[in-house]
Formats: sequence, C-alpha cells, structure tokens
Amino acid sequence: MSELEITAAASARPGDQDDQQDGRPGSPSSGPRARPSVVEIAAGLLALFLLVAAIAPRLLAPGDPLAIDPLSAFGAPSWSHWFGTDESGRDIYTRVIDGARDSLVIGVSATLIGLGLGAVLGTVAGTLGTAVDFTVNRFLEVLFAFPGLLLALLFILVFGPGAGSAIVAVGLSTAPGYARIIRAQLLRVRSSAFVEAATVQGLGRGRILARHILPNTLAPLLVLGTLGVGQAIVWAAALSYLGLGAQPPAAEWGAMLAAGRTYITSAWWMSFFPGLFIVLTAVCATALGRAIERRMRHA
Amino acid sequence: MSAADATRLAAPAGGPPPVPALAVRNLSVGFGSQTVVRGVSLELAPGECLAIVGESGSGKSVTARSLLGLAGAGAQVSADELSLTGESVLGLSESAWRRRRGRDVGLVLQDALASLDPLRPIAREIGDSLRLHTRLDGAERDRRVLEVLAAVGLPDPELYAGRRSGELSGGQRQRALIAAALALDPPLLIADEPTTALDVTVQAQVLDLLEEIRDRGTAILLISHDLAVVSRIADRIAVMHDGRIVETGTPNEVLGHPSHPETRRMLAAVPVDKPRGSRLAPVIATQPPPATEQIDDAERLFVAERTRAATGMTPATGSDLALEGIGLNKTFRGPHGTVQHAVADVSFSLPRGRTLGIVGESGSGKTTTARLALALTAADSGEVRLLGEPWSALPEKQRRARRRLVGAVYQDVLASFDPRLSVREILRHAVAVAAPDVRDGTNRRAGEARVGALLNDVGLSPTLLDRRPTDLSGGQRQRVGIARALASRPQILICDEPVSALDVSVQAQVLDLLDELQRELALSLLFISHDLGVIQHVSDQVAVMHAGRIVETGSAEQVFAAPTHPYTQALLAAVPRLL
Amino acid sequence: MAEPLTDARSTGGQRVRRLGARIGWPLTRRIGGAVFVLWAVATLTFFAVRLIPGDPAQAILGGPGSQTSPEALAAVRAEYGLDQPVIVQYLAQLGRLATGDLGRSYALNMDVGPLVLSQLGGTLLLAVLALTVAWILALGLATWSTGRGRVARRIGSGLEIVAAALPHFWLATTLIVVASVWWGILPPISTADARGLVLPVLTLAIPLAGFLGQVMRESLTTALESPFVLSARARGEGERGVLWRHALRHAALPAIGLSGWAFGSLISGAVVVETVFARPGLGRTLLNAVTVRDVPVVIGVVMVVALAYILMTILSDLASRLADPRPTTSTAGGAQ
Repeated sequence: MSELEITAAASARPGDQDDQQDGRPGSPSSGPRARPSVVEIAAGLLALFLLVAAIAPRLLAPGDPLAIDPLSAFGAPSWSHWFGTDESGRDIYTRVIDGARDSLVIGVSATLIGLGLGAVLGTVAGTLGTAVDFTVNRFLEVLFAFPGLLLALLFILVFGPGAGSAIVAVGLSTAPGYARIIRAQLLRVRSSAFVEAATVQGLGRGRILARHILPNTLAPLLVLGTLGVGQAIVWAAALSYLGLGAQPPAAEWGAMLAAGRTYITSAWWMSFFPGLFIVLTAVCATALGRAIERRMRHA
Repeated sequence: MSAADATRLAAPAGGPPPVPALAVRNLSVGFGSQTVVRGVSLELAPGECLAIVGESGSGKSVTARSLLGLAGAGAQVSADELSLTGESVLGLSESAWRRRRGRDVGLVLQDALASLDPLRPIAREIGDSLRLHTRLDGAERDRRVLEVLAAVGLPDPELYAGRRSGELSGGQRQRALIAAALALDPPLLIADEPTTALDVTVQAQVLDLLEEIRDRGTAILLISHDLAVVSRIADRIAVMHDGRIVETGTPNEVLGHPSHPETRRMLAAVPVDKPRGSRLAPVIATQPPPATEQIDDAERLFVAERTRAATGMTPATGSDLALEGIGLNKTFRGPHGTVQHAVADVSFSLPRGRTLGIVGESGSGKTTTARLALALTAADSGEVRLLGEPWSALPEKQRRARRRLVGAVYQDVLASFDPRLSVREILRHAVAVAAPDVRDGTNRRAGEARVGALLNDVGLSPTLLDRRPTDLSGGQRQRVGIARALASRPQILICDEPVSALDVSVQAQVLDLLDELQRELALSLLFISHDLGVIQHVSDQVAVMHAGRIVETGSAEQVFAAPTHPYTQALLAAVPRLL
Repeated sequence: MAEPLTDARSTGGQRVRRLGARIGWPLTRRIGGAVFVLWAVATLTFFAVRLIPGDPAQAILGGPGSQTSPEALAAVRAEYGLDQPVIVQYLAQLGRLATGDLGRSYALNMDVGPLVLSQLGGTLLLAVLALTVAWILALGLATWSTGRGRVARRIGSGLEIVAAALPHFWLATTLIVVASVWWGILPPISTADARGLVLPVLTLAIPLAGFLGQVMRESLTTALESPFVLSARARGEGERGVLWRHALRHAALPAIGLSGWAFGSLISGAVVVETVFARPGLGRTLLNAVTVRDVPVVIGVVMVVALAYILMTILSDLASRLADPRPTTSTAGGAQ
C-alpha cells in the first residue's frame, strides 16, 4: 500500500453516514460549496505562481538564467540576488523560476504515465474475470517487491540517465500503486448496492459498467493525480539529485540540488532554495488534492 | 408490582420519603446557539423505572448523557437542580465527575458490539470500574467480575469472561455490557436504547433482566423510541418532543389516555394491532398533480410498454400467483470450509394484488430469500416463478426484459443510489430503462412528465428533484426509492426491510404510502421484515422464517391469533405489546 | 474456533495453540507466495538486464571505450557463461540464486554475496532505527494534538502533512546545514559512532512519521468518538486511561499494517540518505552499481531487498493479526 492508497481509501468512503432524519444540511466545511480554508487559498495562490513560472518565467524573473558572472560567484542571498548565486555567478532565484517548467513537466508527465498505466491495469484486473485478475495481481505483487525508487533505478540502469528516463522511470514506479487503488475501488463499486439495484432494474452488464461502475471507479483519479504530481516531482528530483535524472546545467530543481551538494557547507543557499521549492510544490499539491477530495466526498 | 410500589406501601405513613436516585429540575442543554434540551424535570425513586420516549432529535439521548456529565464537547448545561442519590452534581469538576461515574451511575448503550471495546476481553471491560473505583487486587477483581456476569444471567461466566464482544452472541454481549455498568452496583442505571439492536426474543430476555435489576432496588432511566418496549417495564413514562417533556404518567395513563398530540401521534403510528388498510399517519397535503395532457402522453407510452411486456406472458394460463418460490435451497461456504444453510427448502406464494409478509430474526434467511426472489443470486436448487412463468430458471439475457415487472425497495436506500446522481437523474434513468422511446431522447418531455408524476405518486415535491439523496431526510429518501421502483410500472414490489431504519412516525407514513400505492396500482407486495408489528399490519399472508426454513405460513389473522409452530409462539410471546 | 477456558485467564499453552490456529494456514500460503515473488523478481531483473545496450563482456573488462582484445573478450564470455543461449543463462542464474551464489561484481573485484551481506547491516540498522523513531514521533504528535482543541489538531495535522512531503535529499542537506554548519553539534559526514547515526535516522524518520501520523490521527479521532470510549468514560475512565487503554490500540492498527510498506520505503530512502551522509550500506552500493552498470551487484541488491521486504510484510501482517484478532468479514454475503 502506498500513501496514495490511504488517501484514496479515504476519498472512496461515502460521505458521513449521520442519519439525517430531519434533513439537516451537510456541514459547511465539505461539499461542493465548502468555504476554502486559509491553507487552501495559500495553496491555490502558490499553484498559480508555479504555473506562471512554468509558462512565462520571464514575468516573474526578468533576468537571464544563463548569465554567468564569475565575479559574484557564491554570493549569499542579498537584495540583488534574492536566493544568492551559484558557482558560476548565475542568479539562483532566476534559475529556480526557470526550473519550474522542467520540474512540473517531468512531474505531470510521469503522473500521467503512471495514472494511465495504473488505470488500465486496475480496470483490466477488475473487469475481465478472476483469471485475469489473479494474473495481474501477481504481477503487481512482484512489482511491489521493488520498493520506492528501486524500480526506477532498475529502469535507469537499462535505459541510462536523463530527464526522459526519469519521467518513464517514475511513471512506471508509481503505476502499480495506482493500479491497486483503482482495482480496489472497482471491486468495491462492483459489489455495491447501487450496482445491484441497477441489475434489478433490468440494466444490461455493459450499460451498468459504462454508466455506473466506470464513472464511480475513476472518480478518485482527479484527487490521486493531484496528489501524485507532488510525489512524482519529488521522486524525479531525487533521481536528478543522484545524477540519474535531468543532468546539469539543466535548471531542474533536483539537478540544481545535485550541483549544490558539493558546496553544502560553504554555499548552503544553492541547495536550500531549489529544495524549498520542491517541498512547497509537494505540499501545495497535497493541499489541493485534499481540497478537491473534500469537495467531492460530499458532492 | 415493582419494588417502588412495595416500598411505598410498606413504609409507615409519615415516615421520611426515600432519597430519590435521580432528581432533575429545569435541565437545559445547548450547543452554541442551538438548545437541544429545554427545561426538563425528572425524579426517580430507587427501584423505579422511568422511561423517556421520543423520536430522534427529541433530545432524549443528550439528556441521558448530561446526567453523567458527558453531554459532549461544547455543551452548555444548566439546571436548577441535578442530583444523584441526594448529592448535587451541578457544576462538578471533571475529576469529581469521574469519581461518580460508574460508582453512582452506570450507562448502558445500544449495540454491545460497538459499546464494548472489540479488542479487549469482556472481563477487562467489566473489571475497569472495579479498577478505577476500588482497591481490590487482581484476583478479587476477577472473582467479582464472574459474580457480576452470573448476576446478569450469563451462563458459564468462566467460559466467556476471557472472550471479546465479537465472539459472543447478541444477547450475551448485551448482558456483558449491562454487567460492565453494574459492576459496582450503582443506585442508578441509565440505559439508552439497550434493546434496539437485538432480535425480538433476545430483547425480551434483556427486558426481563432489566426488570430483575429494577426489582433488586436499582433505579433505571430507560431511553427508547419504542413505546411497546417501554410499556413492559416502565413504572412511569415521560414523552419528549423537541427538547421538552410534553407528557408524563404511568403507562396506563400515557398509552391508554394520551393527552398531548405528540403522544397521540406516536401511538397512532405504531403498527402493532392496527388493522390492515388503516392509516397510521395523519394525511399530509400533497402537491396538485401536473398538467393532465402531459400525463396522458406518458401514460399512454407506459401502458403500451406494460402491455407489450405482459403479452410476453401467456395470458391463457394466467396464474393468480404473482410470485412463487418452490423448494429453494441456498448454502454459503464460510472462510474455514464451514457450510451455512442460508435457505433450506423454502416455498412461498404471493397471490396477485396481495401482500405476503416474510418475518424472521437476523440469520433466519429472509434477506437471502429476497435476493433469490429478485434473481440476484442463483439458488442451489428449487425455482422461483414470476406470474406463472419461469423466472429463476431463465438465463439473465432473457430475464432482463422481464425485470421491469419487479421493483425493489431496500433497507439501506442511500447505498442503493449511485452517489453521483441527483434525484432527477436517478428517476430519469429508471424511467428510461423501462421505455426505449424515452431512452433515446425522442420523447424527453414524456420522460420528464413521468418523473414528475412519480414524485407526485410518492408525495414528494418537485423542488427535491435537483437535490442529492444525501441531502434528504430518511423518509424522503425511501420515498424516492419507492418512486424509482415504480418507474417501470411493475406488477410486483419486493420490499426488504424498507422501514427498519426510520423513525416510527416516518415509518408510518411510508407504510401508508405503500398501502395506498398497492391499492391504486394493483401491486403484489413481498414484504420482508423482522418487525412483527409491521408485518401484522401490512400482510394478508404471512410466512415465518427461522434458521433458513419457513416454519409456519397462513393468513395474517391465523398466524397472529393462533400460531401453531412453537417458534412462532415464542416469537409472538416475546413481542412487547402496548399494554 | 476458540477453545473453552478453564478460568478467566487462559493457560499459556492454550493461548499458543489458539495463536497457531489463527496464523498457521495463512502463513504457509504466504511463504509460498513469497517464493513465487522472489522467483518473479529474479526473472524480471534477469530479462530487464538483458535490455541494457552494449556488450556485457566489454563492460566487465572495463566499460565501453576501453581497448580490449578479442581473445580477452572471448575468455570473459566463456568465464561468465555469456556465450550460452538465453534459456541456459537464465536457468543457470536461477540455479545460482537458489544456492545463494550471487555472482561476481563487474566493477569491484569481489563476489556479490559477501559484498551485499557486508553492506546489509548498515542499511538494516538505519531502517529499523528510523521505523522506531518514526513510530515514536507519530504517536507522540498524535496523542499530544488530539483532544486539546481545534488549534492543536490543525497544527498537528499540518506538521504531519509537511513532514510527509519532505524529500529525503532536501531534509538531509537542511539538517546537515542546521546541525553541523550552524550549530556544530553533529558531524556532517557519518562517523562510525552513534552520533553519526542521528542525522541519517532523523532524515528517514521524519517523513515517515508524517505519513504514519496522518494515518493514526484519523483512526485515533474515530476511536475517540466511538461508543466504547463513551462507555469507558461512563465508568469513570479519565482521558489518559481512554487514550492508552482503548484509543491508541485502535489507532495503531492501520499503521501496524503499513509497517511492511514503510520498511520498503525506508530502504528506498536509504539510497539517498547513505549517499548524502556517505554511509556504507546497500543503498549506496546499489547507486554506484547502477551508475557504472555493474549488473551482478544490482541483481544481488535487488534480490536481497526483495527478500527483506517480503519478510517484513509477512511480519507486519502477523503483527496486525495479533493486534486485531477480529476475523475479517467475508464479502460473499452470509445468510440473513
């Protein structure tokens, strides 16, 4: 089970079963018209900031990310260089903003690959009968024996390092987790009371599948994807940090961290700020994912 | 005669009155801006049983919990007087309360499975009060635990003391729960719906136990929604409504000559001993029916559909049995290779236009029978026939076309709705299944009209169309469920515990609705329930199930007036009656 | 099912027997499943490795670009059995694995078996310590922040979310900066003594604690609101008693079940942590092997990790069953 599965299990649970005998409306902190909390607003703003950074970085950081200025190398954070400068004198703030696109693209692509593959596997396991289910399950079990990064490392072993490899590696590593969640959800929906009610009404199996089973199974995907993007960015950055993902001088955050590793004691800002942004993105994705989940749960 | 009466008679006139076990004057409890309990006053003598009766939301549970200082976080409790055995407990600190809880007052909640820690052996749960309030050592505590278990009538206490609540039967569990509350022999016992989750026969045993406890001198405050249960052991009854006590008196007074309209309403809603076809609930004004023109269009459509379906049946041999079960058998394989005979050689017949009530306790096989009747499960052997034609024997493909003749109403109606859909969509889908014209959108208006008509049939306002089922009350939800079942104009309705989760007054409305619909639409009803009162009220024919078999069948009058099978006799004897 | 007891406390022998019945059959199936998974992992890795571009013989002799004579290549191929057909190589590999022979490293001049074993201890130590510390942190935070009001709950929950999102590499470097550079109380590179363990263990434990904490918080809140806790309070149990005797055990249940997975994620995190802190261990070994494409070492590490992970999963399942003896409900709808 992975972190995502726990959250998925939470979002799959039906809304609070307090028996509303007198039609009391749902609490104001959940449901589609829930008031956004401070945390959610902050997360939303941050997400907006990151999106702008990814699409139009020059709006937020007008400088040139590649501008070398050896004289001001290893400069500590100051008013002219908010995040300091690196070993070639490049402004770290500008590079961090630039790195947003790389990191986000990697994260989103990896998540899409993982989700897509996982959804297919999970749906196949849940709909094509016990034999297929058994086989797919065993296959997933084997994949799970490669905890965390190991599967990604294996992939990198075969296909060599690089940003593209990192995307596919992370995608493949996360796919089994998604597959298991989707499969569990599918099985839950298939044996649910409303699917039985549809059978009693006379709906055919195909119609039930299309109209009831699949939409309810794939409903948590949005939440999963949002949470997953945060996790994917972290993993991809980890690969870059280890030298196996995006290579320097790419402005990808993980690569920047790798470059800053050697100067950790003398120029801590080289590693700190890119890392900070990774953490912020991950937390932001988690907060947004939960916000969506809360609204969907009582929708 | 209860101990209280005896004490009163025995005490010499002019002697000091016994200290009341509980004295409450003008209790009010509020949460934020909402007042849940207003000005409640009670008095309870030792050895007396006072019952507080009310529907959900009346504030009875909050009252009970306030008497233990457990009203809940953020509760504002105020009273002129609040005392246990003469000692005031108003404004007590938490640690002072803790000294009293368990020692001066015990609490018994509903459903021992949830009210006892499922991970701990019951001996530990019972021993807790001893551990907290006495200085007995381990061995003495164990001895006392066994004593208490024996006192509540648990056979072989040594055998069961080390078990967890999940390993005991329903009755045994509830006794253990009562034992846990009585470990220190408190003068007051508060029981909040202690028998609601139990089978009727077990309920009777637990009520006997409570009576015994009362006779031994413990005062009991009994909270319940069930007037019949309460009338059995209560010396006095207090009726609560909307946070206030609206009526008090002896059972004879309150149940025989109720003065408050609320009490009268609750009494009228109880289905026991109410003749077939009588109204249980007051009539509520319904919406005016939609424009007749649209209705006619829709009507025509559906009458055509139904005739088409009906002509699939050979009219010549038109059986007068709507639904028939013949020698049904179904077993389930358990996790350790155990075999469970859910249904064994069950046969039933539902005549057209009538109601067959199947009554049984949990585990009797009635739900499995319902599923077999709906062809949701395949029987191991035996057959179900629909309108004289094969039903269970058909392959699903062929059976599908006939499914529109059978509608189902479920106990957990919320779970039977697709959580993503609004009421409108639920009904529209149901209508579309039955009528292909509506399905492919060519007759959208007729579909809309039909949905409107369905809502009207079940007494719901069209304003509910765009709501989600989770936003509706329990009664409204079940009506939508009934509307959905009626969408295809079925001839047969199979209802599996349709009112068990509802308050008595809401239950009354739904039962009246089903009755009305049956008459208007000439439906045949298969009604399954554990509630004997409900079954007696709605059924023409009755079948009693026990351990997977039908032990007795017959007309409702026959079975209820003169049961022949010992199980039926025991069942009927155990049902609490309203006086 | 449960046997009758002669008194309120069952004898030790009867308890053991009940335990054995509870876990016996499922355990055998688990072991069988474990063997299957190991075999599948070996197969998967074998064929995945064959996809690596380049000539393995050349990689053994020093990597692409090194000058190698055809005779040397041929000799290496014969020695490592690289000239045999695939199926033969595969079966030979399986046979070697079954006897515990993990081959010989391409890059380092030693057998993989002893190499992996020597590095295993370091990683296991980190993982076990980190798991323990994570549990303590998670329990501590969950108990401190529950039942103290909304603000405490929000803080606790927020801390957990942030902690769970912290990447190991960033946390490691930040901790180094804070503890070594600014405060100077701990060494930046791991030393052989206990002080050298503090930062690596913290780095692994904090994110896991965040995650476990979230899981426990949810079940703790549910437990505290349940009827059996109300019953306990009605008996006079105080907050502490409620927490320790009732609620925590329920709260810990899902987290116990997750411990197998948690262990796996710790091993995965060890790859980064050992690299950053320059500690000896399987993680660093694996990373180096991947970087230089030292295939036997990769296979060896993967197999050992898979084995350890499977064992931990079985252990955590057992622990779960012990902590919660209630039978799981079957889905095949019993009689009603």
